[in-house]
Amino acid sequence: MEILGVPTALLGSQLLVGLINGSFYAILSLGLAIIFGLLNIINFAHGAQYMMGAFIAWLALTRFEINYWVALIAAPLLVGLFGVILERTMLRKLYKLDHLYGLLLTFGLALIIEGIFRDQFGISGESYEVPEALSGGIHLGFMFLPIYRAWVVVAALTVCFGTWFMIEKTKLGAYLRAGTENPQIVQALGINVPLLITFTYGYGVALAAFAGVLAAPVFQVNPLMGSNLIIVVFAVVVIGGMGSILGSIVTGIGLGLVEGLTKVFYPEASAVVVFVIMVIVLLVRPAGLFGKA
Amino acid sequence: MTIKKAVSIACTAALATLSAGAHAQISGGVVKIGVLTDLSGTYSDLAGSGAVLATKMAIDDFIAKEKPDFKIEMVSADHQNKADIASNKAREWFEREGVDTATELVTTSVALAVMKIAKEKDRIALMSGPASTPITNEQCNDVTVHYTYDTYALANGTAKAVTKQGGKNWFFLTADYAFGQALEKDASAVVTANGGKVLGSVRHPFPGSDFSSFLLKAQASGAQVIGLANAGADTTNAIKQAAEFGITPTQALAGLLMFITDIHSLGLKTTQGMYLTEGFYWDLNEETRAWSKRFFGVQKKMPTMVQAGQYSSVYHYLKAVKAAGSDDTKKVMTQMKKMPINDFFAKNGQIREDGRMVHDMYLMQVKKPAESKYPWDYYNVRQVIPAAEAFQPLSQSRCPLVKK
Repeated sequence: MEILGVPTALLGSQLLVGLINGSFYAILSLGLAIIFGLLNIINFAHGAQYMMGAFIAWLALTRFEINYWVALIAAPLLVGLFGVILERTMLRKLYKLDHLYGLLLTFGLALIIEGIFRDQFGISGESYEVPEALSGGIHLGFMFLPIYRAWVVVAALTVCFGTWFMIEKTKLGAYLRAGTENPQIVQALGINVPLLITFTYGYGVALAAFAGVLAAPVFQVNPLMGSNLIIVVFAVVVIGGMGSILGSIVTGIGLGLVEGLTKVFYPEASAVVVFVIMVIVLLVRPAGLFGKA
Repeated sequence: MTIKKAVSIACTAALATLSAGAHAQISGGVVKIGVLTDLSGTYSDLAGSGAVLATKMAIDDFIAKEKPDFKIEMVSADHQNKADIASNKAREWFEREGVDTATELVTTSVALAVMKIAKEKDRIALMSGPASTPITNEQCNDVTVHYTYDTYALANGTAKAVTKQGGKNWFFLTADYAFGQALEKDASAVVTANGGKVLGSVRHPFPGSDFSSFLLKAQASGAQVIGLANAGADTTNAIKQAAEFGITPTQALAGLLMFITDIHSLGLKTTQGMYLTEGFYWDLNEETRAWSKRFFGVQKKMPTMVQAGQYSSVYHYLKAVKAAGSDDTKKVMTQMKKMPINDFFAKNGQIREDGRMVHDMYLMQVKKPAESKYPWDYYNVRQVIPAAEAFQPLSQSRCPLVKK
């Protein structure tokens, strides 16, 4: 059977691949959305932090023989801690200034971090093997699905919805949301708002590192792996609505699927399609699909 | 200052210049070599700081061995793979800093831009890094030497070998820009000429990171061979993901432009059995090993063909300057074309009238992990492709300098 000249089997497999890429977009844009929503900082270092996650996993395995599962927890913690230090020593001073200052600072940091990694490890990148338990694949009839890719989807979605639940449905999340709406009053109620904000930035950064560890066995671990991805992820956040948690998750997955379909019907446009959608969304709904105008 | 005094200073200066030029007619008394390369981007591992090191080694070795009566200096700059940055730098070097030759020049767009400026300013462009054939065809000029390899030689080596060994049906995964398309075109021609068939191709945006969609298309085509007409991170990611999706080893991959640094970064487990064409391999013989180990001592990586070619081209240039007794572009170019190249990199290498340096190329097959006995032991040499067959014959040349 064929749809528009494309066999359905091929279409099915492309949609599945789109879903996998969408999971990466979702988890990265979620981190950005949280940081922007609660701190008003446009975190341009997100791609570099994603790359750090992947590199820490690779270093842990090759230098210290620390396996994938430990790295999946440890790398986000380490990079999150790095985020906390950044927030305490630098970002904190910029909250009262225009968005642009935060953007410039994080952009500069990203360049410095990538430069250091490039100097240390070169540009060709390093290979990270798929962990033993997740290697191999399943024949689905219409395609061969690598088990690791299926795991990426499951892990990413679990973390995304866990995060959404924490922010929207728990008391801690309520403090966070209230703290951004009106920090003075929340502070007056005896809640340590600066600590909450530090925690939030650390968490957003840890999400990027988590995505980095997930990506390590799929892509070459390379100092520029984040900067190639980050622009698309920013577009995802803009389409979803800056700062909208659920918006970033749904849009991330949706755009992964759209991109997958573009690769079937007109592959040359697959790098552009996300930005075309961004332009249309900005014209029709400037606050984004899920944003509040 | 009195007129008399000014005249005497001018005379002294003129005398000083004359005496400096008594041995050889070297402008400014110094031969200045500019290394214009990618020091920070995609190609910085295969060229980059390794190319700068190779140039330094060539200059040091030349001074020690040939004891020239002129001074040699080197400058280097990062062109960031951007033609406009490269053009500005080259202009500055030629006009204000007295640079005699711009070398390395990886990335086709950079190479094409700089060779035009070299022609305009009457200086020499020595190209070790770039790959595209237009450099010695449509765009050729008489101040350019294309030294190490080109897309014709790569396609001719790899595509021919794979097709002849039974890989008749091909599908191309092509980077969607001039270089990728040129490589696909050259390789397709070789495949058809050797009795193979091209079933289709898919153009992916450059640079890409996820190739699974494109690979699934290639898989669905049922082709025996998937030709990778891309380079750098695009190639390594595609190879890695092909293994992940179970495409290899059912279908074979042919990397049309790969360097030893790519194999090193991917590891033998993923790349074993692949064919590729190289202009140089560190472990060919005593001579290549000796040089490469010196290189490794500083760089901590074995040299790529671009870096080895860079050494050889700079050394050959300096020899030509010495033999010509001048750094005048025309004289040096004539001398370079006259002298054969015999060093660890090339045996009986010859620079043709179109600027193409022809030398033996090597068809390599990547070793299995068990076959690799020591670090960087990556290739089995499957075939030495003689210089006469490796490169585009002059009879097919589209370069106006070639008299037919």
